[in-house]
Amino acid sequence: MTGGYAVTASGLTRRFGALIAVDHVDLQISRATIHGFLGPNGSGKSTTIRMLCGLLSPTEGEATVLGHRIPGESEAIKRKIGYMTQRFSLYEDLTVRENLEFMADIYSLPRTRAQRRIDELLEKYELSDRQRQWAGTLSGGQKQRLALAAVTVHEPELLFLDEPTSAVDPQNRRDFWETLFELCEKGTTILVSTHYMDEAERCHRLAILDRGRVAADGAPQELERRIDASVVEMETNDPRTARLLLADLPGVLGVTQLGVRLRVLLDRSVVDPLAEVHARLFGRGLRFEARLTHANLEDVFVAATHGRYLKARA
Amino acid sequence: MNSLLRLFAILRKEIRQLRRDRLTFGMIVGIPLLQITLFGYAINTDVRHLSAALADQANTQLSRILALDAQASQVVDIIRRVETPEELETLLRRGEISVGIFIPADFAQRLAMRDRPAAQLMIDGADPLILAAARQLTDMSLRYDTAPRPSADAALFEIRNYYNPERRSVVYIVPGLMGVILTMTMVLFTSVAVVRERERGNLELLITTPVKNLELMVGKIVPYIVIGLIQVSLILLLGVLLFHVPIHGLIRDVYLASLVFIAANLTMGLVISTLAKTQFQAMQTTFFFFLPSILLSGFMFPFEGMPRAAQYLAELLPLTHFVRLIRGIMLRGAGLWEMAPEIRALLAFTLVTLSAALLRFKKRLD
Repeated sequence: MTGGYAVTASGLTRRFGALIAVDHVDLQISRATIHGFLGPNGSGKSTTIRMLCGLLSPTEGEATVLGHRIPGESEAIKRKIGYMTQRFSLYEDLTVRENLEFMADIYSLPRTRAQRRIDELLEKYELSDRQRQWAGTLSGGQKQRLALAAVTVHEPELLFLDEPTSAVDPQNRRDFWETLFELCEKGTTILVSTHYMDEAERCHRLAILDRGRVAADGAPQELERRIDASVVEMETNDPRTARLLLADLPGVLGVTQLGVRLRVLLDRSVVDPLAEVHARLFGRGLRFEARLTHANLEDVFVAATHGRYLKARA
Repeated sequence: MNSLLRLFAILRKEIRQLRRDRLTFGMIVGIPLLQITLFGYAINTDVRHLSAALADQANTQLSRILALDAQASQVVDIIRRVETPEELETLLRRGEISVGIFIPADFAQRLAMRDRPAAQLMIDGADPLILAAARQLTDMSLRYDTAPRPSADAALFEIRNYYNPERRSVVYIVPGLMGVILTMTMVLFTSVAVVRERERGNLELLITTPVKNLELMVGKIVPYIVIGLIQVSLILLLGVLLFHVPIHGLIRDVYLASLVFIAANLTMGLVISTLAKTQFQAMQTTFFFFLPSILLSGFMFPFEGMPRAAQYLAELLPLTHFVRLIRGIMLRGAGLWEMAPEIRALLAFTLVTLSAALLRFKKRLD
């Protein structure tokens, strides 16, 4: 065992031809915590997870997962982990119960224990009255609960969840996270990738991935505190004009409009951000009121990725 | 032990899915049923009852015997009687008859001298099958009563036909058809079944579990072996009941030969599944394999008549060996050990394709 860590990785790298999908990633994931991977599509979240599951061998670097080395001992790892894929990957033409029975057999659970465990899971994930229904006919939320039930049938020590809530409504997402915390309290380590800020905020620790690299790493609150940028929040009568004016101001990483309010993220190199904003907007016939405020996780993300994705959207 | 448990898990899942897949289930029974009735009833290379006309200028007892014998052979039905060979030609041209029988006035003399053919057959040779059928008439022996017996070197042979005395083509076709049906369904079923698993994302989940490649492959193959044997039984049953196809060899040998052939096709299906990305591609590739099999194997056209290059290619196809094997067992009563080279070829094919499938399957995960 590597102390209290479920997963450690150093210099983990994966190339696909000329493309570097994962570029020297270092990780330390404590046992019984929820660790988040936050990043846009193509940032290397899935590839990193696949390497830690033993599906892909790293081009460079090494990792230890539950005391087993990667590369080399991926077969031993497979028994102790559960991997919930981005897409629903159970059999749509098998019933809910048949799918769970299949997974229990795959993990070689003894028959009586398997039946007990399946009943328990059906109860817990509110699928008992659906157990004879084909999995393909379930709703998005039900499918997701079934998928989680299926990958936890063998009570894995470590769970990998690859964008688990992308096809689920907000209420189901809340419930899903409640379940994750429950699992975590019972000792399961969870690694979850997401591109939702509210989900990232719930993680114990978070790694922001950008183009295959860890751009920032830490607890969400710590990341917000440590942010290498300042945030100006303002109200104005003409947010559109103000936004356009501020967007080319040197040192501005991003401007986000929230109704009549604007959030302006400025680089630390700007010594007095409030004064800069005032100077830029003064004499343009705008009424506005600006003040410095605390950074949130989205600001952290924008700062860590140098506003690349925000500006692309604007 | 755990490995066996996982294998059974996959088996059970596969059977459950199969039971729910009505289309596949329909194909298992439908394809043999359709093909055997089609080939058995409609596609008949054994042509009989060709319409014919007779111009008998001799009009002797002997010439009438010849006409009667021709009729009795069932090869031709004499539907018209005319006077001259020119009239026969006209009827041929108009397509009213396929065969014209001309018996010249000096028929008896010619027959006695045996220096020239005694009578003439005028055949619409456009269809080689008709030509071949009508040529049977030349093999006919005439029952002489009044004429002297022909000399020893006479051209009238008696043909003794082995193995298929009634010359019914269905007897020859059914054993080969078994191979054709198995090739079509077995390759298609496995390739589609594995590709479907990938297409629907199931494989992504499975590869993170302790399931091994070999367990997965064997688990997917075994149900189809059973299906293949069911098809074999169905074809044999239909062949015997509907067309009285003989089984001269041992039933056990028929099944053993089929089993080896089924294995060869299933592993081929696995190879295709590693090449195709979608079920549609799997289907296309299957037909790419199926077409040369059916054309070159000797099922449709005699193997001996093919150019050398085509023969070499045909030797690589499992159907070629199975057609020889099963015809040997069913029609000639050969034992399995007598057909050892064909069995060896099928086993070698299975081994090579299975290794190729396993190798390619591994690569795809990384």
